[in-house]
Amino acid sequence: MSGLTFTLFNEPTQRLDLSPLTPQKLVGYGKAEIEKMELGGGRERVKVGDCFRVSGSNAETIVFEGGSRFLDRIGADMNGGTIRVTGDAGAMLGRRMAVGSIVVDGSAGPYAGSQMSDGRVEIKGDAGDFAGGPMAGEMRGMSGGTLIIRGRAGDRLADRMRRGLLAVLGGCGDYAGSRMIAGTIVVAGEAGRLPGYLMRRGSILLDQPPQELSPTFIASGPWFSAFASLLDRHLINEGIFDSPFLGEGPMRYVGDNAVPGKGELVISARQV
Amino acid sequence: MQNLTVNGVTIDDTFAEAFGMRATAIIITAPSMKWAVEAARTMTGFATSVIGCGCEAGVDVELSPDETPDGRPGVRVLIFAVSTDELQKQLLNRVGQCVLTSPGSACYAGLEGTEPLKLGSAMRYFGDGWQISKKLGNRHFWRLPVMDGEFVCEATTGLTKQAVGGGNLLLLAHGGTEALAAAEAAVEAMRAVPGVIMPFPGGIVRSGSKVGSKYKSLVASTNDAYSPVLRAQVASALDPDVNAVLEIVIDGETDEAVAAAMRAGLKAVIDLGPDGGARRVSAGNYGGKLGKFQYHLKDLLP
Repeated sequence: MSGLTFTLFNEPTQRLDLSPLTPQKLVGYGKAEIEKMELGGGRERVKVGDCFRVSGSNAETIVFEGGSRFLDRIGADMNGGTIRVTGDAGAMLGRRMAVGSIVVDGSAGPYAGSQMSDGRVEIKGDAGDFAGGPMAGEMRGMSGGTLIIRGRAGDRLADRMRRGLLAVLGGCGDYAGSRMIAGTIVVAGEAGRLPGYLMRRGSILLDQPPQELSPTFIASGPWFSAFASLLDRHLINEGIFDSPFLGEGPMRYVGDNAVPGKGELVISARQV
Repeated sequence: MQNLTVNGVTIDDTFAEAFGMRATAIIITAPSMKWAVEAARTMTGFATSVIGCGCEAGVDVELSPDETPDGRPGVRVLIFAVSTDELQKQLLNRVGQCVLTSPGSACYAGLEGTEPLKLGSAMRYFGDGWQISKKLGNRHFWRLPVMDGEFVCEATTGLTKQAVGGGNLLLLAHGGTEALAAAEAAVEAMRAVPGVIMPFPGGIVRSGSKVGSKYKSLVASTNDAYSPVLRAQVASALDPDVNAVLEIVIDGETDEAVAAAMRAGLKAVIDLGPDGGARRVSAGNYGGKLGKFQYHLKDLLP
């Protein structure tokens, strides 16, 4: 049984909400029924069949062939199965997902992995602002699972993050881990200004000093802990890095003392 | 009842009687094997018998850096007790006093059990508010600030109810030297079996006991039938040429592990032969009425 495939043949001219197209919501539907489903998100009434050619039948494995920055909320509220996007994704990729796996070959818009609670999202390209973060008015960001951004992430990465692992391999914008509650952020590549802004707890791991380290973070010296090697091994086992990220005796800073917070910002010993 | 003789060693047609126990395992790591072993030895000290120590504990196996969660040398420790509550209490007391305190140590779950036992989730309070909770995948760790850095401790470890305590071999020899040689050979062979510990000193016990006593306050007392000095005064189980008996007690994670260890020990004793080692091998039981598990020596012959 081949995976359910949505091949984009008509570039959308408005934002489309693809949250109805998740494994759990499509189980039991035939191809014809799926093509008639309406997609919200914009002014015009758009049906799945207007943009996508549907093939395959196994809804546990969904593929979007050809992506677009207009395709919002892919895999939102997902609670099982896998989704693959062979191009770009729009905003709110995997928002509030609880179980399952999403892989995006291209880049994703803002709020990727917003409030996800478990499962795994991997973006091979870049991600917009507020990856893993909450929407306006929400109290908590990502609360579990693994979000991997192989390219660059925008500003306010992992805002109000509460649990889970967020790894970025191509650097990130300003205020990474802002208002962070707990959890782990790993950034390889240059991080922008003031990472850990108002963070309370949690860990931000960097492989080089950020553009600007807040004066409210205080150096606690080189960090020797068995936990550093647990983390390094976990990052390798998750397929995020090939070699240890932190190494022996990385520098540890604690903060944000403006809150005051008990978080930590650790800068790898194997400086690039 | 026909006793067998293999390589000159008489094997009694009898069985070891063993009991169901609760067990857990932890992995202790340290900057070097020396300190992993030191922490493990300390926490498994005074853990020979549940009768007086609350638990029976020992090192199951030494682990190379690539077998441990944090890539440092480590050991796997097994702990056995008669109830879940007692096991929990012993685990926390021993890890808290002996592993937390040991230089550079870290402590991880060594068993995926049916139920969790508290480990770091109880010890975290030592951190006085500075403890840090971290979840990696589905594993939960606590980091406690200590004077040489951080004590990393997994939140919980597993409990098994499939464990067996009290597998045993009785080694009857011409003299003390031969009995000890046989017992040492057996323990060495058994230590190679995964999932078992021999909780007594060096794996060997010389004061085997029987149930009950002439003194009302004692639940167990000396095994008079196997004591050579009482041969003339009680119903002795010893032949005239036996002047020393040593016992090996085995606790295992599973029924199969205990049987495998007894088989390995039996083979080592038989290979050693009757002149330099044991002339006769027997096993302790209570007539088969008390214990859930029976290990018949004739089924375990090499």
